[in-house]
Amino acid sequence: MEITNYLGLAAILFAIGAATVLLRRNAIVVFMGVELMLNATNLAFVTFARIHGDVTGQVLAFFVMVVAAAEVVVGLAIIITIFRSRRSASVDDVNLLHS
Amino acid sequence: MNDFVAPPIDWAAVSPVLIVLAAGVLGVLLEAFVPARGRRATQLALTLVALAGSLVAVGLLWDRVQEHAVSVVGGSYLLTPFGLAVQAVVGVCALLGVLVVAERTTTGQDAFAPAAAAVPGTAYEDETRRAGLQQTEIYPLILFATGGMLLFPATDDLIVMFVALEVLSLPLYVLCATARRRRLLSQEAAFKYFVLGAFASALFVFGIALVYGFAGTVRLQGVVAVLADPSVSPLGSMPALVLVGLLLVLSGLLFKIGAAPFHAWTPDVYQGAPTPITGFMAACTKAAAIGALVRVLFTLANGLDPATRHDVEVALWAVAILTMLVGTVAGAVQTDVKRMLAYSSIAHAGFLVVGLVGMDEVGSQAVLFYLLAYGLATIGAFAVVTLVRERTLTGDEALGDGPVPDDGVVLGEATRLAQWAGLGRKAPWLTAAFSLFLLSMAGIPLTAGFVAKFGVFSAAVEAGAWPLALLGVLASAVAVFFYVRVIVLMVLTPPTDGGDATPAEAATSVPADAAGGTGTGSGGAPSGSGAATLTGAATRTLVSRTVVTVVGSRGPAAFAIAVCAVGVLLLGVLPAGALDLAGQAAQFRP
Repeated sequence: MEITNYLGLAAILFAIGAATVLLRRNAIVVFMGVELMLNATNLAFVTFARIHGDVTGQVLAFFVMVVAAAEVVVGLAIIITIFRSRRSASVDDVNLLHS
Repeated sequence: MNDFVAPPIDWAAVSPVLIVLAAGVLGVLLEAFVPARGRRATQLALTLVALAGSLVAVGLLWDRVQEHAVSVVGGSYLLTPFGLAVQAVVGVCALLGVLVVAERTTTGQDAFAPAAAAVPGTAYEDETRRAGLQQTEIYPLILFATGGMLLFPATDDLIVMFVALEVLSLPLYVLCATARRRRLLSQEAAFKYFVLGAFASALFVFGIALVYGFAGTVRLQGVVAVLADPSVSPLGSMPALVLVGLLLVLSGLLFKIGAAPFHAWTPDVYQGAPTPITGFMAACTKAAAIGALVRVLFTLANGLDPATRHDVEVALWAVAILTMLVGTVAGAVQTDVKRMLAYSSIAHAGFLVVGLVGMDEVGSQAVLFYLLAYGLATIGAFAVVTLVRERTLTGDEALGDGPVPDDGVVLGEATRLAQWAGLGRKAPWLTAAFSLFLLSMAGIPLTAGFVAKFGVFSAAVEAGAWPLALLGVLASAVAVFFYVRVIVLMVLTPPTDGGDATPAEAATSVPADAAGGTGTGSGGAPSGSGAATLTGAATRTLVSRTVVTVVGSRGPAAFAIAVCAVGVLLLGVLPAGALDLAGQAAQFRP
């Protein structure tokens, strides 16, 4: 199979993730969109590593995973704090800061 | 077999970052082992010592780095004179920012929730407040954020830059959610910052992936080498990869700087976050992110072929113009002092980008000076905001029109601009300091802001971007209007304290047209009910009135404000020394 297909898949996943962040209203789903973007990046890293024939890209994917895990910790903590204060995880309800 | 060979590491060069991060780890341990009573003092001392130590390390490294850039572990950590100078700016601003964070004012309360995890409005929250708990974890969090900011501009490796970006961002997301008052706003600010920040990080890292795909390396100098000779990389024939990658990386960085079109989070987050944290992140994050932007942009753009470089320049021009417009136009119509300062910070991001369009030493020198001038004025201004508070008076005092007695419950900050009317009579020194900071942001001569703006605009002119410089001058002129408006409000407009007499219970209130002597407030109280005047003695105990008061500082914030004010004046009157230093440090090439 052509290896560039994986790059196409990575781009599509990234676009789906970005669209999820921008369009969906549930905080958890928005958050999943971010995770999807990061994992699409991992796929791109690994594919490029295969094309270049070195391991740098694979190592970078590990860095991204660790950072994503740390982000989950902080992000879920913030979402849960908001949920406990308001009983809602909708992004639209979070609009006291009027702009 | 392969024997592991430990890489030689130049620990001295890494010391500014290491000291701060190690102190952060130590701070987490202190949380576990130091008894609650001594925790705040211990954490504060550790934080101040660590930041001061980091600054000393920067000072000791200065001469050595001037001679030639220091590269550690093959460029994972790369100290150019410019990177070191950005570290110095971040260190100074962080030190002043921490002083404001530590301020407890004469009310004995700092700006942070006693237990940030307690749900607002619950009995548990009341209990934590009564027990006098303190969230001393903010100090290690600030240290971690500062560590990330110190690393951000001092690396040649994009993935290290990404890790530094997260190390600086994640603690800031948490810190934003810890305000003592208006906690829902604070949590909301943290949420917005987090979602948009995570989105920007994802763009940033996808950009890194594309650059890696093009060059097979994430070291900037390696990428430049591949740009010079594309045949060494299997995908070297696809320069579009590096252009798109660079633009994505730039969007991530511009988000942190708060430049349009990635500025949307700035006003909300600056308004909702605890004010000392707002000052800290406004000054330090911007400095660190500009440092990283210079690192990436100047290195890569100078390796690009002229056509691609032109594309990048067009993008920069668009960002600069849009940012200046948004910052000044939207800033002029704000009615909340924190939002106004937020839009002013967006405008400053625009001016900074104007200074960068030339991508040369002149620009980096101007930008360094600008960052210092902006950082001092911003931290000082937000420190003043922490001291101007609302105070609720009840009973007889609420009905009187005379001088406000020095009691009543001190509430949150009085951030509506209308509430700042007549501040000059209540707190002349504070007003003078705030006016000075605003004048510096406006770029009035004899303040640091003037020299800084002159620097970035002349850098732009020298780079042939005179339309940008012209637009910048025009935007500054508009900005002067909204800064001076605030000064006029504080100094010349009489206070409107007599008003805002708000019935504690609507059921017992007399309509607003009842006879009575109290003046009515302007600008509508956020609590909703209009100004009502009560007369009957029976209802007196239920009446409360919100007035604006200035709480005294216990030292640290006043000291920080004084240092910022002196710094802004000194940089404005005698800029030669600082400009020389910035000139020495303008070298951004390793």
